[in-house]
Amino acid sequence: MAGGLRLRGLRKSYGDLEVLRGVDLDVEPGEVVCVIGPSGSGKSTLLRCVNHLEVLDGGFVQVDDVLVGYEPRDGKLYESSEREVAQARLRMGMVFQQFNLFSHLTALRNVTLGPTKVLKRDPGEVDREARALLDRVGLAAHADKLPAQLSGGQQQRVAIARAMAMKPAVMLFDEPTSALDPELVGEVLTVMRGLAEQGMTMVVVTHEIGFAHDVADTVVFMDDGVVVESGPAHQVLTTPTSERTAGFLAHVRRHPQKENDHAQ
Amino acid sequence: MMLDTLHTLEIVRRRGFLARWGVGAVLVALVAWLVFTVVTSPNLDWVVIGKYFLSTPIMEGVGTTLVLTFATLGVGLVLGAVLALMRQSGNPVAIAAAGGYIWFFRGVPLVVQIVFWFNLSLLFPTLGFASTNEVITPFLAAMLGLALHEAAYMAEIIRGGFLAVPRGQVDAALTIGMTRATATWTIVLPQSIRVILPALGNQFILILKGTSLVSVIGGGDLMTRAQQIYGQNYQVIALLLVATGWYLILVTVAGIGQRFLERWAAS
Repeated sequence: MAGGLRLRGLRKSYGDLEVLRGVDLDVEPGEVVCVIGPSGSGKSTLLRCVNHLEVLDGGFVQVDDVLVGYEPRDGKLYESSEREVAQARLRMGMVFQQFNLFSHLTALRNVTLGPTKVLKRDPGEVDREARALLDRVGLAAHADKLPAQLSGGQQQRVAIARAMAMKPAVMLFDEPTSALDPELVGEVLTVMRGLAEQGMTMVVVTHEIGFAHDVADTVVFMDDGVVVESGPAHQVLTTPTSERTAGFLAHVRRHPQKENDHAQ
Repeated sequence: MMLDTLHTLEIVRRRGFLARWGVGAVLVALVAWLVFTVVTSPNLDWVVIGKYFLSTPIMEGVGTTLVLTFATLGVGLVLGAVLALMRQSGNPVAIAAAGGYIWFFRGVPLVVQIVFWFNLSLLFPTLGFASTNEVITPFLAAMLGLALHEAAYMAEIIRGGFLAVPRGQVDAALTIGMTRATATWTIVLPQSIRVILPALGNQFILILKGTSLVSVIGGGDLMTRAQQIYGQNYQVIALLLVATGWYLILVTVAGIGQRFLERWAAS
C-alpha cells in the first residue's frame, strides 16, 4: 500500500493561461502532504495532472517507481496508450470536491464497480471487502442506498471507500470538504485522519488549515502555478518564510468561510 | 369595523361558477354540432367505412406502417447513437462528419428525401451489378428516407442524454481505472436512458405519423392503401376516416406503451 510520488516540472496551460508553471514535489511513502493556496493557484489542476485526467504540457509523474503516461524504451519515451494510462491510474485513488458518485448505483455498487469491472476480481470477495470499507467509513447501514438518499458528508465517505477499494498506493483529495455544509465537514475529516494514521500516502488539496496543521507532515503553499513554499506543516503554518504564504494564511484565518465559498 | 369581531361574519367565497359552466356549455354544443353534421352528412357513407376498416389492403397497410415505424426507430437509434458518440469523441474529423450529417439530414424535408431515394436510379443507374430500380424498391426507398432522417434527430436526443450525466462521474470512472469507452458504456449510457426515453416515445409517434409521407412514392403503408382505394371508388373522406381511425388507435397504444416504459425506467 505504501507508495511514493514524484513530480518533476509539471506544466499545464489552457490557451494563454498558464495554470502550472513547473511544479516539483516529492511525497514519501506514508507521508501526508496538504496543498494550500488561493483559488486559481493551480492546486486542483495539479491533482488532475498527477493522474492524467488532464493532458500535461510538460513534466513527469512517477508513482512507486512507475512513470505515468510514458513507456521508457530504447532510450526514448513512448507515449502510453489509453489502456496503459488507465493501468497506471490504478495506483492513485482520487476523491473529488463534488463526490462524483455514480448516481444510478447504490453506495455498495459504487465501491464494488472498480474491483469487479476493472480488476475482474471475484464478486463475492469484493462484496465482503466493500462492506468492510463502508463499515470503516461508518456507512455499513447505508450500503444499499442511492447517492441521492445520502447527505453530502455520507456521499464523500462513500467516494473515499470507492477509491480505497482499488487499493491505491497514493490517495489524492481535491478539496474534499469544500462542497459540504459546515456541520458535515468533521465526519469526512475524521475518516481522512484515520487513513493518515494507518500510513496511507496522501496528497490533500484543502482550505482546512486546522486539518493541515493536525494531520499533514508537509504543507505546500502554491500560488500562481508554482510551489512558493514547502516544509514541515507546523513550520509553514506558523512561521512561513515567504511573505505570500504569510499573507494567504492571515487572509484565510480572517475569512475561513469566504475562502471556502470561493472554491465552489 | 373591529378586527377582533370579524370572525363572527360569514365569508362569501368567489366562484368562477357561471363562467366555467358557460364556457363548457358552448364547447359541448360546438363539438356536438360538428360531430352531428359529419356523422349525418349524406356525403359520408358509413357502410363504406365499415366495409374497409378491417379489409385486407388496409390491414396490410397497417402492417407496413408498423414495420416501417419499428425499422426506422431501430436503424435511427443505432445510427443516431453512432453519430452521438462521434460528436463527443474528441476527434475533429468525426465531430465535423457527424455535425455535417445532422445538418444535412435534419435540414432537408423528409418528403424530399423519400422522393430522392425513390429516384436514385436517375443519379446511379446501376448499383454494383444490379440495376438500381431492382435494389431500391419503394419500401426500401421509404425505409432509407425515414431512417436516415430519423438518425439525425436521434443523434441530438442521445447527445442530450449524454450531456445530462455530470462529467465528473466520467472523471471518477477514469480514476478507478476504466477506459473512456468502458465509462461511457457502464456509467453514462445507463443514466442517459432515463433522459432519452421520454423523447424517444415522442419520436416514435412522430415516425408513426411520418410514415404516411411515403404514400407519395406508393410505399404501401396505410395512407398509400387508403389512397389506392379512394382512387378507385372516390370515397375520399370515408377512407381518410378509416386511416385516421387506425392512426389514432396506433398512437394511443404507443402512448400507453410509452407511459409503461417510462415508469419502468424510473424504477
